[in-house]
Amino acid sequence: MEISGAEIVVRCLQAENVEHVFGYPGGAVLFIYDELFKQNRVKHVLVRHEQAAVHAADGYARASGRVGVALVTSGPGVTNAVTGIATAYMDSIPVVIITGQVPTHAIGQDAFQEVDTVGITRPCVKHNFLVKDVRDIAATMKKAFYLAASGRPGPIVVDIPKDVTAAKARFDYPESIGMRSYNPVTKGHGGQIKKALSLLMKAERPMIYTGGGVVLGDATKELTQLVRKLGFPCTSTLMGLGGFPASDAQFLGMLGMHGTYEANMAMQHCDVLLAIGARFDDRVIGNPKHFFDEKRKIIHIDIDPSSISKRVRVDVPIVGDVRDVLQELLKQLGSGSAKQDAASLKTWWAQIELWRARDSLKYDRASPLIKPQFVIQKLHETTRGEAYVTSDVGQHQMWAAQFYKFEKPRRWINSGGLGTMGFGMPAAMGVQLAHPKDTVVCVTGESSIMMCIQELSTCKQYRLPLKIVNLNNRYMGMVRQWQEFFHGNRYAESYMDALPDFVRLAESFGHVGMRIEKPGDVEAALAEAFKRKSDLVFMDFITDQAENVYPMIPGGKGLSEMILV
Amino acid sequence: MRHIISVLLENEPGALSRVSGLFSARGYNIESLTVAPTEDATLSRMTIVTSGSDDVIEQINKQLNKLVDVVKVIDLSEGDHIERELMLVKVRAVGKDREEMKRMADIFRGRIIDVTERDYTIELTGSGSKLDAFLKAVSREVILETVRTGASGIGRGDRVLKL
Repeated sequence: MEISGAEIVVRCLQAENVEHVFGYPGGAVLFIYDELFKQNRVKHVLVRHEQAAVHAADGYARASGRVGVALVTSGPGVTNAVTGIATAYMDSIPVVIITGQVPTHAIGQDAFQEVDTVGITRPCVKHNFLVKDVRDIAATMKKAFYLAASGRPGPIVVDIPKDVTAAKARFDYPESIGMRSYNPVTKGHGGQIKKALSLLMKAERPMIYTGGGVVLGDATKELTQLVRKLGFPCTSTLMGLGGFPASDAQFLGMLGMHGTYEANMAMQHCDVLLAIGARFDDRVIGNPKHFFDEKRKIIHIDIDPSSISKRVRVDVPIVGDVRDVLQELLKQLGSGSAKQDAASLKTWWAQIELWRARDSLKYDRASPLIKPQFVIQKLHETTRGEAYVTSDVGQHQMWAAQFYKFEKPRRWINSGGLGTMGFGMPAAMGVQLAHPKDTVVCVTGESSIMMCIQELSTCKQYRLPLKIVNLNNRYMGMVRQWQEFFHGNRYAESYMDALPDFVRLAESFGHVGMRIEKPGDVEAALAEAFKRKSDLVFMDFITDQAENVYPMIPGGKGLSEMILV
Repeated sequence: MRHIISVLLENEPGALSRVSGLFSARGYNIESLTVAPTEDATLSRMTIVTSGSDDVIEQINKQLNKLVDVVKVIDLSEGDHIERELMLVKVRAVGKDREEMKRMADIFRGRIIDVTERDYTIELTGSGSKLDAFLKAVSREVILETVRTGASGIGRGDRVLKL
């Protein structure tokens, strides 16, 4: 029997066991919405702006490990979605974005709500498709889900003209799909792994540096085993937090521009570096020239060959799925007879403990003003470190990363690569739908939250009891910090004037609002907010305007050139 | 250093723009780029002439391989290979130039493929430097128009780029 292209789209989503589609209707996708209406297996979540649709699908994917799905209309629906798509692309998040397109005969005619979707999104997707024949929809959707989740994950756009959704064809969803042009390597090269192991065994000052690949590749268990077995220090990028338990003594905290002193110093001065699912980006190692002032051997495990030797030369590249490679490494480690250099390792740890004693994350605990770090510490205590925490972008993001000690993967959800303000709340919606029984917190700032504030409405409609922690310092804090450090205290356009009353704003959307102005009220406010299991609570913390994020590596500087408190 | 890279890719709409977009987005050089379907109509073969440090060339290879439509990539300049480019040159051919142009075409083993009272169109194939040499050898004023395809390359002997 032949069914419409629109019905085929929905049947594909059902076949992929998609629970939620985040979207916003419009002319070009009306047939698809009509089919969504007629069934109840795939639930649609109506956002208030297409950017939020993709962020929500992205948050869902990050928290669940499954493919997130967004559905938007042509033209402005697509252009609004682009920020979300680019965000997912930069952080390698598996999302399928279905976009409506004007009818095939109108393509290229500058039709109403027409944009060249495939052209606009090409540089920020893993791959995209324009489906011109109804008979190709099923196979294309299969490819989209396969491409999104396999290899190095990423967003896939499927652009479907309206007439294609109206046309009819038989529905036949392929069981599996082979693509001769796409065969990601998963198994690491045994010989390379052996080489890596012998380097690690000879190391005097070893260091393990992990990234988002550990989280995306579900390799936490293997990483934890390896780090403990080796007894080496371990650090993580912003994206990798939770990949190794933060409370473990072998964990040196996050590294990079706002990383801890001990992590950055150990990274700079190690003699053998094992990089796992990380990409040495500019926010992590600072200036690569400075990084190479010190000689060290680098082993790099990554699923994407193009991430290896891109910014730094690597001695032992290992292309493969992080979990597979770590399993093999553990196996070889177990059966090998090589012994580590225990004495050197002891000396190395002694040095690291000296760095750690510098207490680079200290802040003024006696301040009469609310310190943002204090709020995050109390948030961590109140939620016993078990919440899913999303964030927006800026100072609050860094404080959340530094002070919320993540023990498990997929709990820390933020836009690391693109740095998208406005990501936090919509992403949290996706997280909450993926984990309806768990506590979901959005740590944000008064400037970021304003960028997708309309989603408070979505939260009300779907009864999403997010806990929003707004660190309100009346400034674009990170911009202000850079202006203070590098632009002679000239705070050009970084003061947020004319802010809304967030309490009444939250209330106007039907939520609970709280304002907290004194350090002494922080704990009680948090306790009260988290008691309200079924309410969205917007906590507006009025914080110290002058607080800065430390340590900091200024742009162009190296890992050991931190500004410290 | 100059490199000549051959790419086998799916003959899909938009595949070319994925490659050219990659080069512009990452700031790689393109000296020339040619593409056409192969004997297997589902595949296109592309030849890209580019230049860059070893690190950049390594990234270009990896980034090309990462494109979902790309099936295979080889750097022809890593081994023995042949490259050819086709050029069509329209030259003024009146008076004494008429004989001179015929002779130049013969010397460069070109062929005259269109003739009018006033001009010749000469077809020339060879390496890029041979075509350059031809353009240098004839005087600037006689050249009315040139069009070049950019290099196509193939490995020597049993170096084969195939599925």
